[in-house]
Amino acid sequence: MLYKIAVPVASILIFLGFWEFLVWVNGWPNYKMASPSDLPPAFWQYKELFLIMGWQTLWRTVVGLFLAVVFGTLLGMIIGFSRIARDALYPLLVGFNAVPKATLVPVIALLFIGQHDFNTVLMAFMISFFPIAVSVGIGLSTLEPEYRDILRALGASKFTIFRKIALPKTLPEFFGALKVAATLAFIGTNLVEIVSPHGRGLGALFKSGETNGNYPLMFAVLIALAVLGIVLYYAVVFLEKIFAGWAERAQS
Amino acid sequence: MTTGRPSGGPISERGGDTIENLIEIKGVKHAYATASGPLPVLDGLDVSVPTGTFAAVVGPSGCGKSTLTRLVAGLMKPDEGEVYLHGERVKGPRKTVGMAFQNPVLLEWRTIMDNVILPLEIVAPRMSRADREARAMELLDMVGLTGFENKRPSELSGGMRQRASLCRSLVHKPEVLIMDEPFGALDAFTREDLWQTMRDLRRAEPFTTVLITHDLRESVFLGDQVIVLSGRPARTQYVMDVDLPEDRTLDVLYTPKVADMLHILRDQIKIAQGRDGGAH
Ligand SMILES: Nc1ncnc2c1ncn2[C@@H]1O[C@H](COP(=O)(O)OP(=O)(O)O)[C@@H](O)[C@H]1O
Ligand SMILES: [Mg+2]
Repeated sequence: MLYKIAVPVASILIFLGFWEFLVWVNGWPNYKMASPSDLPPAFWQYKELFLIMGWQTLWRTVVGLFLAVVFGTLLGMIIGFSRIARDALYPLLVGFNAVPKATLVPVIALLFIGQHDFNTVLMAFMISFFPIAVSVGIGLSTLEPEYRDILRALGASKFTIFRKIALPKTLPEFFGALKVAATLAFIGTNLVEIVSPHGRGLGALFKSGETNGNYPLMFAVLIALAVLGIVLYYAVVFLEKIFAGWAERAQS
Repeated sequence: MTTGRPSGGPISERGGDTIENLIEIKGVKHAYATASGPLPVLDGLDVSVPTGTFAAVVGPSGCGKSTLTRLVAGLMKPDEGEVYLHGERVKGPRKTVGMAFQNPVLLEWRTIMDNVILPLEIVAPRMSRADREARAMELLDMVGLTGFENKRPSELSGGMRQRASLCRSLVHKPEVLIMDEPFGALDAFTREDLWQTMRDLRRAEPFTTVLITHDLRESVFLGDQVIVLSGRPARTQYVMDVDLPEDRTLDVLYTPKVADMLHILRDQIKIAQGRDGGAH
């Protein structure tokens, strides 16, 4: 337990020490590159803003991610169960996923003028549903027929088979995809907050730091984003342990 | 005595009219649709299994044995011909069937106990948890898995997993047990252990069995009849009545009588594979 905490903490301290050293050795002034020791004052000065903006970014990300889970799972089920749907939807999905989402920011900003919360959540959703849909789809379509047949032979409905076998069996893949999706949703939220700022979210705080040449604030935002990202990621890991912990046990 | 019967013969006459055939397959033909056109897999399949007996089915690989199990289970319908259970046409899946495969397909997120009671969740949704567990325990005791009910499948050996899988296919007291090469992936000694377990289960429970196997000794040790299928498209090529005592021990496999039977079956398999049947 101590080991589990000590090792990551030590690695973070070493990283910060190296960063501080780099700034000091190069003699970079504050307007070029902030050093870790500049960050606590920046956090302290804007602590209320950080809390408000951090919460904005967090809830938008989580709502977008939640929508991505619902929609991605449904889409994955359609792809996984129907061959025709798979053949029809895959090219569309891959194409949509390939479009850099930054190009969509002005599009949705124009489509839904002034709906900042909605735009941000929409972007978080759009950028993150793809891995979930693909993982659920592949998980379902590669289910060995015997798994289906043990219940199908008893006259169980498709839904029962899905609930009792297919769904739990794809959970490990699902959580693998959810980790990726959580990171992506976070990127989506910040993308909108930075590219089309409207005074809300950590992305907007970053933008205001940039506009005012407040480099310590900008780096403090980056650190805050990193911390939020870590929290989000480990929240998913926590859920994975609860719902798909058996997969880890099975491998060892 | 061992009697060979040529295909197309009056197979359903066996035993006269007094024994009901639980399973009747008559003139079944089936072809799969593939990219390169229809692939005929069954062509003139006739099988009769009297109630409470054990039919072992052997035949060349890819000849259509698994297809036969899917027909009996009601998982698919044949293009032509009929499959009857209890004299009733099989139109779809029914709750009185149990299935086991070469892959034990245990659910890794469930304990052995919860794996075994799975069919009861479908077949007897109102049954109490205690009753389900009592029934599962009865079977787990019989196959020698007492004390393993709270383990995960990954904690069990291959042979033990297959035992658990057998319990699951019998937990809802099916009339018909369909097994598709259930012992095929096990080592020879484990396999022989499981033959004996299977024999003991039969003594305790009243199911009728169709066993697909590629092991001729297994077919003779467990079967009341051995059905040899021809190469694809499969028809019933040969049926052997296994006239051995009910309480067989492994020793029976080393008697001259069984040696003769195995010899005949091996020749039939060679014919099914399209090779010379040897001296006749
Ligand atoms: N769903 C299917 N679609 C197309 N071909 C199939 C399908 N299932 C089985 N086959 C083909 O039918 C033949 C018989 O299959 P199977 O009944 O599984 O044979 P066996 O169990 O005797 O090895 C094989 O050549 C197999 O490739
Ligand atoms: Mg097969």
